[in-house]
Amino acid sequence: MTTPSRSAAPLLELDRVAKAFGSHVAVEDFNLAVAPGEFISFLGPSGCGKTTTLQMIAGFLAPSRGTIRLEGRDLTSVHPSKRGLGIVFQSYALFPHMNAAENVAFGLEMQRIGKAERTERVRAALAMVGLAAYEDRHPRRMSGGQQQRVALARALVIRPSMLLLDEPLSNLDAKLREEMQIELRQIQRNLGTTTILVTHDQTEALSLSDRIVVMSKGRIEQIGTPQDTYERPASAFVAQFLGKTNDFAARIEGGSPARIVAGGWSAPAPVGLRGPVTISVRPERIGFAETGLPARVAARIFQGNHWLFQCETECGPAIVVRPNDGAGQPGEGETVRLAWRPEDMSLSAGAAA
Amino acid sequence: MSAAATTALPAAAPAAVPEPRASRAPLWLILPAVMLFVGIVLVPLAMTVLLSFHDWGQYKGIEPVLTLKNWQEIATDPYYAEMFGRTLRIALITTLVTALLGTPEAYILNRMSGRWRGLFLLLILGPLLISVVARTLGWALLFGGANGLANKLLMSLGLIASPLPFLFTETGVVIALVHVMMPFMVLSVWAALQRLDPQVEHAAMSLGAGPLTIIRRIVLPQVMPGVLSGAIIVFSLSASAFATPAIIGGRRLKVAATLAYDEFLNTLNWPLGAAVAVLLLVGLILIVVGANALVERRYAEVFR
Amino acid sequence: MSRNGPLALAFHGLFVTFMLAPIVVVCLVAFTPEGFLSLPTNGFSLRWFRAIADYPEFVHAFWVSLGLGALSSLVALLFAVPAALALTRYKVPGRGALQALFLSPLMIPHVVLGVAFLRFFTALSLGGTFLALLAAHIVVVFPFAFRLTLAAAAGLDPALERAAVSLGAGGFTLFRRVTLPLILPGVVSGWALAFIQSFDDLTMTVFLAAPGTETLPVRMFLYIQDNIDPLVTSVSACVIAVTMAFLVVLDRLYGLDRVLAGKGTD
Repeated sequence: MTTPSRSAAPLLELDRVAKAFGSHVAVEDFNLAVAPGEFISFLGPSGCGKTTTLQMIAGFLAPSRGTIRLEGRDLTSVHPSKRGLGIVFQSYALFPHMNAAENVAFGLEMQRIGKAERTERVRAALAMVGLAAYEDRHPRRMSGGQQQRVALARALVIRPSMLLLDEPLSNLDAKLREEMQIELRQIQRNLGTTTILVTHDQTEALSLSDRIVVMSKGRIEQIGTPQDTYERPASAFVAQFLGKTNDFAARIEGGSPARIVAGGWSAPAPVGLRGPVTISVRPERIGFAETGLPARVAARIFQGNHWLFQCETECGPAIVVRPNDGAGQPGEGETVRLAWRPEDMSLSAGAAA
Repeated sequence: MSAAATTALPAAAPAAVPEPRASRAPLWLILPAVMLFVGIVLVPLAMTVLLSFHDWGQYKGIEPVLTLKNWQEIATDPYYAEMFGRTLRIALITTLVTALLGTPEAYILNRMSGRWRGLFLLLILGPLLISVVARTLGWALLFGGANGLANKLLMSLGLIASPLPFLFTETGVVIALVHVMMPFMVLSVWAALQRLDPQVEHAAMSLGAGPLTIIRRIVLPQVMPGVLSGAIIVFSLSASAFATPAIIGGRRLKVAATLAYDEFLNTLNWPLGAAVAVLLLVGLILIVVGANALVERRYAEVFR
Repeated sequence: MSRNGPLALAFHGLFVTFMLAPIVVVCLVAFTPEGFLSLPTNGFSLRWFRAIADYPEFVHAFWVSLGLGALSSLVALLFAVPAALALTRYKVPGRGALQALFLSPLMIPHVVLGVAFLRFFTALSLGGTFLALLAAHIVVVFPFAFRLTLAAAAGLDPALERAAVSLGAGGFTLFRRVTLPLILPGVVSGWALAFIQSFDDLTMTVFLAAPGTETLPVRMFLYIQDNIDPLVTSVSACVIAVTMAFLVVLDRLYGLDRVLAGKGTD
């Protein structure tokens, strides 16, 4: 797995980093170079090693193998309190006995920054997250969203070389989470702070990141832009984890040129493949057409801005999503034909699982 | 000596909606316990308060008349001022020492790995349930005059030149009381430490705080309510302790509890003993309630 | 990252030594072969444990303590369980005052309770009787039984009882088949804690006990008042052993810190 080359020297490098707890391998062979200003997400299910990796960067865990370099400097022997990273914790970890302003000021006090400058920067940081009026408020008297903002201000006010976010939005309700995503993205763009976000929420990763690191069972499955990972998943795991996908059992039929055939649907086959293959297509990339894979609509579900169809085909079950654009839609029990563009599918050898 | 005297009650769950036919259930469920307490706690206490206003004489015994004689004696005789002063002093010093030693120990315990933590928690909290008589006997053996082990140890370490008197001294009483009370303090601070978000120390570290700063600025302020409530428990139990001052302090070093015992079972001046006991009770209630109110007001903003 | 430094461990070592020293000393002296107080330097001996049998007052006091502890904690539960269930299940007027009343023996110094009980039971002509001791102990250990039961009952999901009711259970069946099994850990640890409190109490009991109803702590205390010899250390060692066994079981079953903090068991 190689990362796309960047023009600037990387800010953070992880070189074959691994972490084992006893015999359990939490992270294995982790390689990543983060460019200045980049927004990276570590995405994966719980237990995939994403938080462990973040804790190694922060210094709360020591890697079993490999090196982590920040601005070219080996971090191995640098104490967490000397790394100068801004961290937002899943629980926010605000100091409950200090009010918002005292929380934000703490990091500046540790840097022995004078009172005048401190007050000024604390005020600016709280204003940036929209909490200018909440300086005297204690964390327990703030909503989850407000606490989140204080935690963000506290991490950013020290002007960290990097911002590490550990599932920062997972404790917020859906609507607030969406608002915070937009705000987080804006603040990050404005400040240009290099950021790593740990999340299990694919939407969050897709909407915020420059690049996504998809992880599973301690290994990197794919590194790429949100579009790349979504459109061209490097593995079945990535395809399944990032959005829904349909797997159709198909085969390559000989002759020249060879064709790939799934029931009544066919397209020119890429060279090199033979025999049974699996076609993966996103539900929203399948349309109803005059010709194509015959399917029976088993269920039709209205979901507001789109329709969802569960279909049965000779190549396996299919889920189709069509926008609710006012056009007539096939009803349950009707027979339709499914079609998609060859560039919207990915192929793998062997029969569908 | 009662365990975990004033630890906060767990909040009762929101009352379930009762079934209609059982709506009178609480009365006959609670009434037996209420009657038990009214009959065997409130009535005896009221009788004791009344007793403290009765008269007593060497030959006539208790006379059920109303008089302030006992209270006047306590208020004017310097013997009682000295005795209550000693009681207060012993309780205060014991509280202070327990807090100063118990708080760091609870913090150290909390940082240990699971298995060790369980073992040491058992060793430190366990003595709470062991008979106070047995524990104090141990101190009596350790102190036992010039031949006591404590003195032998201190002398062999070169810390002291000649044996220190522990038995029948306030120092000895305080040391044994600290031992008896320590589990309450550790338990109280331990409970406060359990409520700490473990990520908070990491957060402080990431902001550049060193270990001492983290303890002073982050951990200590948050466990302070635990230390204070532990201190209130230790103080009230020390001020009313009986076994330890009786065994270590002997007959000369009287505190409130041992004096009440003497008046009741040796001198047989029950009204005077009752007055001493009532004064101890009222004084302790005032101090404990006042201290609780102060602590709550101080921390209301931070910890609801 | 969360390791203790050498200084902290040194402090910890001294602290644990301080906490264990008197207990260890009592147990060691109990094994002395000498006729006087000394640490067993030339060999261990069980002579002072055998000597307990020749001193019937200790044996009798032990049985009194055992019976008193078992009986008083059991009766306390009979009062405490219904009260705790009522307080957690129904809107009881004056809930706070009731709880304060039930926990009051924790706040009232035991010496005051002893004085009050002595006055009360003497007035009833019950002074020095086992009945008086039993009544006093029931009240004094009640808070321990009550608090752990209350915590267990408060932690009980009310939906469980509603589910049982919807399935046709009612009255005593509901209590026996659903409620009691669910709060049993709290009830049992409440009983154990109450037993130990009764078994250990000196301050209150010393006012009430008379020859014949002396409990073990009272007998030990009065014995120590006269003189300290290896006999009382061997008795103490037995008491410590019994308590330790209880303690390890409690800790294994429910966790000692939770039992002592009254936090219930779920």
